[in-house]
Amino acid sequence: MTTQHHDSSVYEEIGGSERFQELKRRYRSWAFPMTVAFLAWYLLYVVLSGFARDFMGTKLFGNINVALIFGLLQFVSTFLIAWAYNRHSLAKLDPLADELRHEIEGAPSGEKEVKA
Amino acid sequence: MSETTLSTILFLLFVVGTLAITFWASRNTKTAADYYAGGRQFSGVQNGLAIGGDYMSAASFLGIAGIIALSGYDGFLYSIGFLVAWLVALLLVAELMRNSGKFTMADVLAFRMSPRPVRTAAGVSTITVSIVYLLAQMVGAGALVTLLLGVTSSNGKALTIVGVGILMIVYVVVGGMKGTTWVQIVKAVLLMGGATLVTLLVLGHYGFSLSGLLGDAATQSGKGAAFLEPGLKYGTEAQGLAGKIDLISLGLALVLGTAGLPHILIRFYTVPTARDARKSVLWGIGIIGTFYLLTLVLGFGAAALVGSKTISEQNAAGNTAAPQLAKAVGNLIFGEVGGTILLAVIAAVAFATILAVVAGLTLASSSSFAHDLYAHVFRRGKATEREEVMVARISAFVIGAVAIGLGILAQGLNVAFLVALAFAVAASGNLPAILYSLFWKRFNTAGAVSAIYVGLVSAIFLVVFSPVVSGSASAMFPDADFAWFPLSNPGIISIPLGFLAGWLGTILSKESNDAKFAEIEVRSLTGVGAEKATPH
Repeated sequence: MTTQHHDSSVYEEIGGSERFQELKRRYRSWAFPMTVAFLAWYLLYVVLSGFARDFMGTKLFGNINVALIFGLLQFVSTFLIAWAYNRHSLAKLDPLADELRHEIEGAPSGEKEVKA
Repeated sequence: MSETTLSTILFLLFVVGTLAITFWASRNTKTAADYYAGGRQFSGVQNGLAIGGDYMSAASFLGIAGIIALSGYDGFLYSIGFLVAWLVALLLVAELMRNSGKFTMADVLAFRMSPRPVRTAAGVSTITVSIVYLLAQMVGAGALVTLLLGVTSSNGKALTIVGVGILMIVYVVVGGMKGTTWVQIVKAVLLMGGATLVTLLVLGHYGFSLSGLLGDAATQSGKGAAFLEPGLKYGTEAQGLAGKIDLISLGLALVLGTAGLPHILIRFYTVPTARDARKSVLWGIGIIGTFYLLTLVLGFGAAALVGSKTISEQNAAGNTAAPQLAKAVGNLIFGEVGGTILLAVIAAVAFATILAVVAGLTLASSSSFAHDLYAHVFRRGKATEREEVMVARISAFVIGAVAIGLGILAQGLNVAFLVALAFAVAASGNLPAILYSLFWKRFNTAGAVSAIYVGLVSAIFLVVFSPVVSGSASAMFPDADFAWFPLSNPGIISIPLGFLAGWLGTILSKESNDAKFAEIEVRSLTGVGAEKATPH
């Protein structure tokens, strides 16, 4: 097993670079608001289940009521967000991350290989 | 042939098969990376299945189906929390952890902080959460055998707990992560297969009309339309405002706990790259989501075809609703023999489910003991790899023995609250420590240690003084009364406390290391220097 070690200066240099900041921005500006959104959407569901029972019990068709549809929508939104995150990663994050990784791992300065 | 004989045979087949896989896996388990992380050689799909096998416990298979069968819609609230929680793991934790850690949750914290205090805290928390969860599963195994195999004596139950414990110890000690992962993969396939089969039969019986099934379930339950609405179990009108706040507290712990459960976190290390970790969570979400949709049909199906009276006569919590449904629907469609076979299959699957989950928990806690507490705290990083793996095997044995002992002692007690408690502790202590160390530059040792201990202690402290431990008929100790905390679920208090303690501990301490944060940030997002898979 081979592990690479780098001087911490390499990381600070890369960390400060424009392209890394762009990668970080692309990741955080997608993941953070989405986390807030799905948590809020989930909490809305839980709070309505506790405090808006008449609304949740409204029958829509046959024996299917709002509570059931709301619950199933939580499944749908979870699947959709997972799918969208994968798409976002493949298109916006992975190529940039690979580029930066190859640059650091290929850089001859400040690097030594250690057999673990 | 009776159903107990048949389910025993099927279960023994599963045991023999998984033991064979375990011994086969042990031939390739030599290094620490093999033992702790299966050599990081599992594919995303395999690990996705194993995630499902690790996560879908008896509590979710038998427990949720039982809650739906007896209390209707409210069981669905549990499923949804358990599922949505995976988005936290996917978006914020899985890939970054795979890139910056090695074997345990503590690796990520120790990366940029003083290793001994944070490893001690993370080790204590990992072992506590795992044993709490383990205990719930062991007691569940004892209860299950009573109902499915007709064993009623407390000696018979104790024997089952010992048997389950010994098997789980063998899987973990012999097969390490590789053996455990394969047990979980096999179990996930069996569980999905069994649940799908029964679901299709139930839906088929109702001409694939969900509305028809729901209508029949509501009528049979004797509760009418209320059976299809929230409010019969959690936050009932009789419990008033406290009950509704308790419901929200439970919801918070479920959705935030998963990404802090140690046995789930170590699964991300078993794949070669962060991208495979992402892929495995995507597969996991697909499998787990589908499974919870199936349990919806199983629960309402049991209410409609078995009836709440028959179910609660067998088990007051409804834990046998799924197997009882298998028998009922088998009888309806294929006659007596079909019912017997289907019950035997589902009973065997239920045991397989318990085994796979307890093995995962034993592995997580013994890994943390050996890697965090022994190798890095006691031996200050001077232990050899061989020594570390040996200690991991010994501690798996000891933790297994402890779980067997506690399981036997607790078998007569109502410990159903322990699963929710494990989630609450994980959400209150582990999650803040993980998120802060991945995303907050200023975060430091004092912050990490405060978050973990405050989250852990406050969650357990509040539960001890809650109605689930004393002061109510369904409490763990129904005859005692020292309850003053009105909620059964501590999350709504302990989760903010954990996050607050992490923040306060950080700003009160001067320590900060910008260079280390730059390193973990670059490494976690780009994968530079991430642990590689062991070559074949």
